[in-house]
Amino acid sequence: MLAYVVRRIAYGVVVVAGVLLLLFVLFFAVTDPNDIARRALGDKVPPDVIEQWKANHGYDKPLWPWQAADNLLFDHFRRMVTFDFGRSDADDAPIVDRIRRGIGPSLVLSVPMFAAGLLLGVVLALFVAFFRETYIDAAGVFVCVLAMSISILLYIIGAQYVVAKLLHWFPISGFDPAPDVVARFLAMPVLVGVLTGFGGDVRFYRTVFVEETSRDYVRTARAKGCGEGRIMLWHVLKNGMIPILTRVVLAIPFLFTGSLLLESFFGIPGLGSITVDAINGNDFSTLRTMVFIFSLLFVVGQIAVDVSYSLVDPRVRLE
Amino acid sequence: MTAVLEVEGLTTRFPFSGRRVPIVDDVTLSVGRGQVLALVGESGCGKSMTALSILRLVPKPGSVDGVVRLDGREIQSLPVSEMRQIRGHEIAMIFQEPMTSLNPVTTVGAQVVEAIRLHEKVRKPEARGRARDLFGQVGIPDPEARLDAYPHQLSGGLKQRVMIAMALSTRPKVLIADEPSTALDVTIQAQLLELLRQIQRDTGMAILLITHDLGVVNELSDHVAVMYAGRIIEEGTREEVLGSARHPYTTGLLRSIPALAPRGEKLAEIPGVVPSPDQWPEGCRFAPRCARAFDPCPERVPRPSGLSDSHRVCCHAVAEELAG
Repeated sequence: MLAYVVRRIAYGVVVVAGVLLLLFVLFFAVTDPNDIARRALGDKVPPDVIEQWKANHGYDKPLWPWQAADNLLFDHFRRMVTFDFGRSDADDAPIVDRIRRGIGPSLVLSVPMFAAGLLLGVVLALFVAFFRETYIDAAGVFVCVLAMSISILLYIIGAQYVVAKLLHWFPISGFDPAPDVVARFLAMPVLVGVLTGFGGDVRFYRTVFVEETSRDYVRTARAKGCGEGRIMLWHVLKNGMIPILTRVVLAIPFLFTGSLLLESFFGIPGLGSITVDAINGNDFSTLRTMVFIFSLLFVVGQIAVDVSYSLVDPRVRLE
Repeated sequence: MTAVLEVEGLTTRFPFSGRRVPIVDDVTLSVGRGQVLALVGESGCGKSMTALSILRLVPKPGSVDGVVRLDGREIQSLPVSEMRQIRGHEIAMIFQEPMTSLNPVTTVGAQVVEAIRLHEKVRKPEARGRARDLFGQVGIPDPEARLDAYPHQLSGGLKQRVMIAMALSTRPKVLIADEPSTALDVTIQAQLLELLRQIQRDTGMAILLITHDLGVVNELSDHVAVMYAGRIIEEGTREEVLGSARHPYTTGLLRSIPALAPRGEKLAEIPGVVPSPDQWPEGCRFAPRCARAFDPCPERVPRPSGLSDSHRVCCHAVAEELAG
């Protein structure tokens, strides 16, 4: 197992290096550093100001290794790999500080959303799978497909209008980390996040569970006198967890990155907002940092999925 | 002979091209205490469905009619919760596919413990001890260690032994064994049949053995019922059915077995194939393939004619012979 994980980490390094190279090509080879500077400073600035800005941000070096030993490509890799992310192109704030401040709000939003979504998804899926091929199941399909078909933007705006503006139950947007009020700010985004996610989850989990109920071991369980409830909660759930894990474990690393749309619409200063602001503000140095972190988390998630397989399925051996 | 399990007029219907077709049609059986009744027939003739119907485990959208008696008590209309107390407790069942019949992510020991604890109020360590004894009883080497094995770590023969241990765990009155040895290789088959025979001798349990293998029937059974296209067409003691079969289908089957066929002759075959359930003829379902078919066969369902107290045949030709 250790050898397997080491090999997977080696693959992961290749993936992340590929992402970094692609980022470099897109941000610095396709877009000229002069353009980046002009976007940050405006069009009508003298050339010496631009040169000064590039020097401050370390963008004044030649791009490629064959042009000079001290070049932008090596610099890009060195900075990312050593987590020396530098300063934002937009406002010169240190990127590391900003990430450190953003992780907290992202986690307090994404962890409850993930836990509630997973619990609701599995429970509802077991429920409709238990009542498979009845009206309850059909109604479940209708509700799930409806929930999946509506855009997240409609949920956000609808919730803000009805729940916040008309009913005044929760603030429209904003964030305050104080423990006694934080839940008021999180209730709506969590609800919207769960609503947008559960349709697809329930459909997927239901398919998994229904497939399991037709297996021979379920027939054996019935023949030994097992009740349907116990069959669902013990035999089927345990076997169904194997495919479900892929989806779930892969999502765990992204709890740190938060949700782009929810955070920016509800004004939660998490990593998702930082990313959206970076995109809107032509903040290349922040954006490349976020993409790099996403890719690292993705690789970690992939390895976690494989390891978790071997934990729930005794047939899986990592070699 | 006191019957432990009696089945009367068991009929299981499934929708088939717009009609509800009886896949199992008016099946009547009885298994005596300490007896082995073999239910024989080709694949798809309804043997397994008969077994599932007895336990009311027929998958949707099937429906079951008829009377099932266990020790004289009618069980076919019991509420589900009481039926569950009978399944695995008074009537246990083992299946054809040992490879897939055990839960792959749970240890085999835990699965036997579950079977015990579903029906008896015993603590886990005690149930585990009983599971270990059962493993020893069914010939699983090193039972203590095997309790913690997962199904994929055991061979097919061992898995089937686990299934048998699970079935025996609550000392059922009846064991339904649905092709218990078919998926295993020949030497393992022989060991398994020997095990079943020994268990049956030791416990006095009644066994309903479902098989298509007449060799197995010869080894193990006391009585034999032959099924064709959902109906029982001949039944009797093993000697009567294997030694002096009268139904053209049974005689055809027996002549097609190398070990039983006369030496030096070409093996016989029954012409044609078993029709699918929506194309079953009105009268005798074997009529289209039968060399002795005559006028009434395609129209009227043959009633059983008794050849002895135990030997009954459903065939117009045999009935006419007896009459005249």
